[in-house]
Amino acid sequence: MTTSDAEPRWVDDDAGPVVRPYAMTRGRAVAKNRFNVISLVAATRVAPSAEVGIGPEHIRIVGLCQERPLAMAEVAAHLGLPLGTVRVLLDDLLARQLVRVTEPAQHTNLPDNRVFEALINGLRAL
Amino acid sequence: MDYERSDGDKARAAVLPTAVKILVAGGFGVGKTTLVGAVSETKPLRTEELLSEQGVGVDDISGVESKSTTTVAMDFGRISFGDDLVLYLFGTPGQDRFWFVWDELALGALGAVVLADTRRLADSFPSVDYFEQHGLPFVVAVNCFDGARRYSIDEVKLALNLDPEVPVMLCDARERESSKDVLITLLQHVMKGRGAGREPASVGS
Repeated sequence: MTTSDAEPRWVDDDAGPVVRPYAMTRGRAVAKNRFNVISLVAATRVAPSAEVGIGPEHIRIVGLCQERPLAMAEVAAHLGLPLGTVRVLLDDLLARQLVRVTEPAQHTNLPDNRVFEALINGLRAL
Repeated sequence: MDYERSDGDKARAAVLPTAVKILVAGGFGVGKTTLVGAVSETKPLRTEELLSEQGVGVDDISGVESKSTTTVAMDFGRISFGDDLVLYLFGTPGQDRFWFVWDELALGALGAVVLADTRRLADSFPSVDYFEQHGLPFVVAVNCFDGARRYSIDEVKLALNLDPEVPVMLCDARERESSKDVLITLLQHVMKGRGAGREPASVGS
Protein backbone atom coordinates (compact mmCIF):
# COMPACT_ATOMS: atom_id res chain seq x y z
CA MET A 1 0.00 0.00 0.00
CA THR A 2 2.92 2.34 0.43
CA THR A 3 4.33 1.76 -3.01
CA SER A 4 3.48 5.30 -4.12
CA ASP A 5 6.25 6.54 -1.86
CA ALA A 6 8.74 4.49 -3.81
CA GLU A 7 7.62 5.92 -7.15
CA PRO A 8 10.22 7.96 -8.96
CA ARG A 9 9.50 11.67 -8.81
CA TRP A 10 10.85 14.70 -10.61
CA VAL A 11 14.37 15.16 -9.41
CA ASP A 12 13.69 18.76 -8.46
CA ASP A 13 10.13 20.00 -8.34
CA ASP A 14 11.21 23.63 -8.23
CA ALA A 15 12.86 23.36 -11.59
CA GLY A 16 9.52 22.53 -13.16
CA PRO A 17 9.03 20.05 -15.96
CA VAL A 18 11.94 19.81 -18.36
CA VAL A 19 9.60 19.26 -21.27
CA ARG A 20 6.74 21.67 -21.91
CA PRO A 21 3.32 20.06 -21.43
CA TYR A 22 2.49 20.87 -25.06
CA ALA A 23 5.38 18.75 -26.25
CA MET A 24 4.15 15.73 -24.31
CA THR A 25 0.72 16.00 -25.86
CA ARG A 26 2.18 16.80 -29.27
CA GLY A 27 0.40 20.10 -29.45
CA ARG A 28 -3.02 18.91 -28.38
CA ALA A 29 -4.43 21.27 -25.80
CA VAL A 30 -7.90 19.82 -25.36
CA ALA A 31 -8.69 16.23 -24.49
CA LYS A 32 -11.64 14.40 -26.00
CA ASN A 33 -12.70 13.32 -22.53
CA ARG A 34 -13.61 15.60 -19.67
CA PHE A 35 -12.66 13.31 -16.84
CA ASN A 36 -13.53 14.29 -13.32
CA VAL A 37 -10.64 14.98 -10.94
CA ILE A 38 -11.66 11.80 -9.08
CA SER A 39 -12.14 9.61 -12.14
CA LEU A 40 -10.21 6.47 -11.24
CA VAL A 41 -7.45 5.28 -13.52
CA ALA A 42 -6.37 1.62 -13.42
CA ALA A 43 -3.72 -0.06 -15.53
CA THR A 44 -4.96 -2.99 -17.58
CA ARG A 45 -1.53 -4.56 -18.04
CA VAL A 46 2.11 -4.03 -17.16
CA ALA A 47 3.67 -0.84 -18.46
CA PRO A 48 4.66 -1.19 -22.11
CA SER A 49 8.09 -0.31 -23.39
CA ALA A 50 8.38 2.75 -25.57
CA GLU A 51 6.56 2.50 -28.87
CA VAL A 52 5.34 4.98 -31.44
CA GLY A 53 2.94 7.43 -29.86
CA ILE A 54 3.75 6.28 -26.35
CA GLY A 55 6.10 8.52 -24.41
CA PRO A 56 7.76 8.27 -21.02
CA GLU A 57 4.80 10.03 -19.37
CA HIS A 58 2.36 7.49 -20.76
CA ILE A 59 4.51 4.70 -19.38
CA ARG A 60 4.75 6.40 -16.01
CA ILE A 61 0.97 6.68 -15.77
CA VAL A 62 0.54 2.96 -16.48
CA GLY A 63 3.24 2.23 -13.90
CA LEU A 64 1.64 4.49 -11.26
CA CYS A 65 -1.78 2.89 -11.65
CA GLN A 66 -0.45 -0.64 -11.53
CA GLU A 67 -0.83 -1.53 -7.87
CA ARG A 68 -4.04 0.31 -7.16
CA PRO A 69 -6.26 2.70 -9.07
CA LEU A 70 -5.49 6.40 -8.66
CA ALA A 71 -7.70 9.42 -9.16
CA MET A 72 -6.82 11.53 -12.18
CA ALA A 73 -5.77 14.33 -9.82
CA GLU A 74 -3.36 11.95 -8.08
CA VAL A 75 -1.84 10.94 -11.40
CA ALA A 76 -1.38 14.61 -12.27
CA ALA A 77 0.14 15.40 -8.87
CA HIS A 78 2.59 12.48 -9.00
CA LEU A 79 3.69 13.40 -12.51
CA GLY A 80 3.82 17.12 -11.78
CA LEU A 81 1.67 17.81 -14.83
CA PRO A 82 -1.44 19.98 -15.22
CA LEU A 83 -4.79 18.17 -15.24
CA GLY A 84 -5.43 19.16 -18.86
CA THR A 85 -2.22 17.49 -19.99
CA VAL A 86 -3.04 14.30 -18.12
CA ARG A 87 -6.48 14.21 -19.76
CA VAL A 88 -4.83 14.22 -23.20
CA LEU A 89 -2.38 11.49 -22.18
CA LEU A 90 -5.29 9.42 -20.86
CA ASP A 91 -6.98 9.70 -24.26
CA ASP A 92 -3.92 8.04 -25.79
CA LEU A 93 -3.81 5.32 -23.16
CA LEU A 94 -7.52 4.60 -23.49
CA ALA A 95 -7.20 4.35 -27.26
CA ARG A 96 -4.59 1.65 -26.70
CA GLN A 97 -6.57 0.05 -23.88
CA LEU A 98 -3.64 0.38 -21.54
CA VAL A 99 -5.82 1.80 -18.79
CA ARG A 100 -9.44 1.87 -17.85
CA VAL A 101 -11.09 4.89 -16.33
CA THR A 102 -14.25 4.97 -14.27
CA GLU A 103 -16.30 8.10 -13.78
CA PRO A 104 -17.69 8.90 -10.33
CA ALA A 105 -21.43 9.17 -9.77
CA GLN A 106 -22.69 12.55 -10.90
CA HIS A 107 -24.94 14.80 -8.91
CA THR A 108 -28.21 13.45 -10.17
CA ASN A 109 -27.04 9.99 -9.27
CA LEU A 110 -25.45 10.30 -5.83
CA PRO A 111 -24.29 7.11 -4.16
CA ASP A 112 -26.90 5.46 -1.97
CA ASN A 113 -27.13 5.68 1.80
CA ARG A 114 -24.90 2.65 2.28
CA VAL A 115 -21.99 4.65 0.90
CA PHE A 116 -22.72 7.50 3.32
CA GLU A 117 -22.95 5.08 6.22
CA ALA A 118 -19.69 3.42 5.21
CA LEU A 119 -18.02 6.84 5.06
CA ILE A 120 -19.35 7.92 8.45
CA ASN A 121 -18.39 4.63 10.12
CA GLY A 122 -15.03 4.65 8.37
CA LEU A 123 -14.25 8.17 9.55
CA ARG A 124 -15.26 7.34 13.12
CA ALA A 125 -12.89 4.38 13.06
CA LEU A 126 -9.91 6.40 11.78
CA MET B 1 -4.92 -14.75 -23.07
CA ASP B 2 -3.41 -13.21 -19.98
CA TYR B 3 0.07 -14.67 -19.79
CA GLU B 4 1.77 -11.74 -18.11
CA ARG B 5 1.11 -12.93 -14.59
CA SER B 6 2.32 -10.69 -11.84
CA ASP B 7 1.26 -9.47 -8.43
CA GLY B 8 -0.66 -6.67 -10.04
CA ASP B 9 -3.01 -8.98 -11.89
CA LYS B 10 -5.34 -9.43 -8.97
CA ALA B 11 -5.75 -5.69 -8.54
CA ARG B 12 -6.32 -5.21 -12.24
CA ALA B 13 -9.01 -7.80 -12.40
CA ALA B 14 -10.85 -6.41 -9.39
CA VAL B 15 -13.76 -4.02 -9.57
CA LEU B 16 -12.60 -0.44 -9.17
CA PRO B 17 -13.47 1.21 -5.86
CA THR B 18 -16.13 3.86 -5.51
CA ALA B 19 -14.54 7.30 -5.42
CA VAL B 20 -16.32 10.21 -3.78
CA LYS B 21 -15.22 13.73 -2.93
CA ILE B 22 -15.91 16.52 -0.51
CA LEU B 23 -14.84 20.11 -1.11
CA VAL B 24 -13.14 22.24 1.52
CA ALA B 25 -13.69 25.92 0.79
CA GLY B 26 -13.07 29.21 2.56
CA GLY B 27 -10.93 32.30 2.43
CA PHE B 28 -7.19 32.43 1.92
CA GLY B 29 -5.22 31.15 4.90
CA VAL B 30 -8.26 29.86 6.77
CA GLY B 31 -6.79 26.37 7.11
CA LYS B 32 -8.23 24.39 4.17
CA THR B 33 -5.03 22.46 3.48
CA THR B 34 -4.50 22.03 7.22
CA LEU B 35 -7.89 20.34 7.54
CA VAL B 36 -7.23 18.15 4.50
CA GLY B 37 -3.85 17.16 5.95
CA ALA B 38 -5.32 16.41 9.39
CA VAL B 39 -7.48 13.57 8.06
CA SER B 40 -5.72 12.52 4.84
CA GLU B 41 -3.77 9.26 4.81
CA THR B 42 -0.96 10.99 2.93
CA LYS B 43 0.51 14.44 2.95
CA PRO B 44 -1.80 16.67 0.87
CA LEU B 45 -0.98 16.52 -2.82
CA ARG B 46 -1.11 19.46 -5.18
CA THR B 47 -2.47 19.51 -8.69
CA GLU B 48 -2.82 22.31 -11.19
CA GLU B 49 -5.12 23.38 -13.97
CA LEU B 50 -3.78 25.67 -16.68
CA LEU B 51 -5.87 28.77 -17.19
CA SER B 52 -5.12 28.97 -20.90
CA GLU B 53 -6.88 25.64 -21.40
CA GLN B 54 -10.17 27.36 -20.84
CA GLY B 55 -9.27 30.22 -23.15
CA VAL B 56 -9.16 32.62 -20.25
CA GLY B 57 -7.04 35.63 -21.07
CA VAL B 58 -5.97 34.25 -24.43
CA ASP B 59 -6.67 37.55 -26.14
CA ASP B 60 -4.97 39.58 -23.48
CA ILE B 61 -1.61 40.46 -24.96
CA SER B 62 -1.30 43.74 -23.10
CA GLY B 63 1.06 42.28 -20.54
CA VAL B 64 3.79 40.75 -22.65
CA GLU B 65 5.80 40.20 -19.50
CA SER B 66 3.23 37.69 -18.22
CA LYS B 67 4.34 35.04 -20.63
CA SER B 68 4.35 32.23 -18.13
CA THR B 69 1.13 30.25 -18.01
CA THR B 70 -1.25 31.04 -15.20
CA THR B 71 -2.10 28.00 -13.15
CA VAL B 72 -4.71 27.34 -10.52
CA ALA B 73 -3.46 25.07 -7.77
CA MET B 74 -5.59 22.73 -5.69
CA ASP B 75 -4.49 20.76 -2.65
CA PHE B 76 -6.18 17.49 -1.97
CA GLY B 77 -6.00 14.43 0.24
CA ARG B 78 -7.20 10.87 0.21
CA ILE B 79 -8.75 8.52 2.74
CA SER B 80 -9.22 4.87 1.72
CA PHE B 81 -11.84 2.74 3.45
CA GLY B 82 -10.90 -0.82 2.67
CA ASP B 83 -10.45 -1.66 -0.99
CA ASP B 84 -13.78 -0.46 -2.28
CA LEU B 85 -14.30 3.11 -1.10
CA VAL B 86 -12.05 6.17 -1.42
CA LEU B 87 -12.85 9.64 -0.14
CA TYR B 88 -11.01 12.59 -1.69
CA LEU B 89 -10.93 15.99 -0.03
CA PHE B 90 -10.30 18.92 -2.33
CA GLY B 91 -9.36 22.38 -1.16
CA THR B 92 -10.91 24.90 -3.53
CA PRO B 93 -8.73 27.60 -5.04
CA GLY B 94 -9.30 30.81 -3.16
CA GLN B 95 -9.37 33.30 -5.99
CA ASP B 96 -12.89 34.16 -7.09
CA ARG B 97 -11.99 34.43 -10.75
CA PHE B 98 -11.40 30.69 -10.94
CA TRP B 99 -15.05 29.74 -10.76
CA PHE B 100 -14.70 27.34 -13.67
CA VAL B 101 -12.36 25.28 -11.52
CA TRP B 102 -14.98 25.30 -8.76
CA ASP B 103 -17.59 24.05 -11.24
CA GLU B 104 -15.29 21.23 -12.20
CA LEU B 105 -14.51 20.35 -8.58
CA ALA B 106 -18.16 20.57 -7.51
CA LEU B 107 -19.30 18.21 -10.23
CA GLY B 108 -20.15 14.96 -8.49
CA ALA B 109 -19.14 16.23 -5.02
CA LEU B 110 -21.13 14.92 -2.07
CA GLY B 111 -20.99 18.24 -0.27
CA ALA B 112 -18.71 20.95 1.02
CA VAL B 113 -17.15 22.31 4.18
CA VAL B 114 -16.88 26.09 4.39
CA LEU B 115 -14.08 26.91 6.78
CA ALA B 116 -14.51 30.29 8.40
CA ASP B 117 -12.32 32.55 10.49
CA THR B 118 -14.37 34.85 12.71
CA ARG B 119 -11.79 37.62 12.28
CA ARG B 120 -12.47 37.60 8.54
CA LEU B 121 -15.95 36.24 8.25
CA ALA B 122 -16.61 38.08 4.99
CA ASP B 123 -14.00 35.84 3.32
CA SER B 124 -16.47 32.97 3.55
CA PHE B 125 -19.27 34.82 1.74
CA PRO B 126 -18.22 33.78 -1.79
CA SER B 127 -18.07 30.10 -0.81
CA VAL B 128 -21.44 30.21 0.95
CA ASP B 129 -22.99 32.01 -2.03
CA TYR B 130 -21.53 29.52 -4.48
CA PHE B 131 -22.82 26.43 -2.68
CA GLU B 132 -26.23 28.00 -2.05
CA GLN B 133 -26.59 28.94 -5.72
CA HIS B 134 -25.50 25.53 -6.92
CA GLY B 135 -27.55 23.58 -4.40
CA LEU B 136 -24.52 21.73 -3.05
CA PRO B 137 -25.11 20.89 0.64
CA PHE B 138 -22.54 22.36 3.00
CA VAL B 139 -21.67 22.93 6.63
CA VAL B 140 -19.81 25.89 8.10
CA ALA B 141 -16.90 25.05 10.37
CA VAL B 142 -15.42 27.93 12.32
CA ASN B 143 -11.71 27.30 12.66
CA CYS B 144 -10.74 28.38 16.15
CA PHE B 145 -7.41 30.09 15.78
CA ASP B 146 -5.41 30.80 18.88
CA GLY B 147 -6.18 34.25 20.16
CA ALA B 148 -9.17 34.72 17.90
CA ARG B 149 -12.21 36.02 19.66
CA ARG B 150 -14.75 33.25 19.96
CA TYR B 151 -18.14 34.14 18.63
CA SER B 152 -21.16 32.05 19.39
CA ILE B 153 -22.45 29.75 16.71
CA ASP B 154 -25.65 31.78 16.57
CA GLU B 155 -23.68 34.96 15.92
CA VAL B 156 -21.88 33.31 13.02
CA LYS B 157 -25.13 31.95 11.63
CA LEU B 158 -26.64 35.40 11.75
CA ALA B 159 -23.61 37.11 10.24
CA LEU B 160 -23.51 34.66 7.32
CA ASN B 161 -27.29 34.84 6.88
CA LEU B 162 -27.49 31.07 6.68
CA ASP B 163 -30.47 28.86 6.17
CA PRO B 164 -31.39 27.53 9.65
CA GLU B 165 -30.86 23.98 8.36
CA VAL B 166 -27.17 24.55 7.64
CA PRO B 167 -25.04 23.12 10.46
CA VAL B 168 -22.50 25.51 11.97
CA MET B 169 -19.83 24.17 14.26
CA LEU B 170 -16.55 25.11 15.88
CA CYS B 171 -13.45 23.15 14.92
CA ASP B 172 -9.70 23.01 15.12
CA ALA B 173 -8.49 22.18 11.61
CA ARG B 174 -5.14 20.99 12.99
CA GLU B 175 -6.81 18.23 15.01
CA ARG B 176 -7.72 15.01 13.34
CA GLU B 177 -10.65 14.26 15.66
CA SER B 178 -12.10 17.72 15.19
CA SER B 179 -11.72 17.59 11.39
CA LYS B 180 -13.30 14.12 11.35
CA ASP B 181 -16.28 15.51 13.26
CA VAL B 182 -16.72 18.22 10.64
CA LEU B 183 -16.78 15.67 7.81
CA ILE B 184 -19.17 13.37 9.69
CA THR B 185 -21.50 16.30 10.39
CA LEU B 186 -21.47 17.15 6.68
CA LEU B 187 -22.22 13.58 5.62
CA GLN B 188 -25.10 13.35 8.11
CA HIS B 189 -26.42 16.68 6.84
CA VAL B 190 -26.31 15.47 3.22
CA MET B 191 -28.09 12.26 4.14
CA LYS B 192 -30.80 14.17 5.98
CA GLY B 193 -31.29 16.47 3.00
CA ARG B 194 -31.66 13.56 0.63
CA GLY B 195 -34.36 12.09 2.83
CA ALA B 196 -36.24 15.37 2.47
CA GLY B 197 -36.04 15.03 -1.30
CA ARG B 198 -33.72 17.84 -2.14
CA GLU B 199 -33.59 18.75 -5.80
CA PRO B 200 -30.40 17.57 -7.45
CA ALA B 201 -27.94 20.35 -8.02
CA SER B 202 -27.14 21.55 -11.49
CA VAL B 203 -23.52 22.42 -11.09
CA GLY B 204 -21.94 24.30 -13.93
CA SER B 205 -25.08 26.12 -15.00
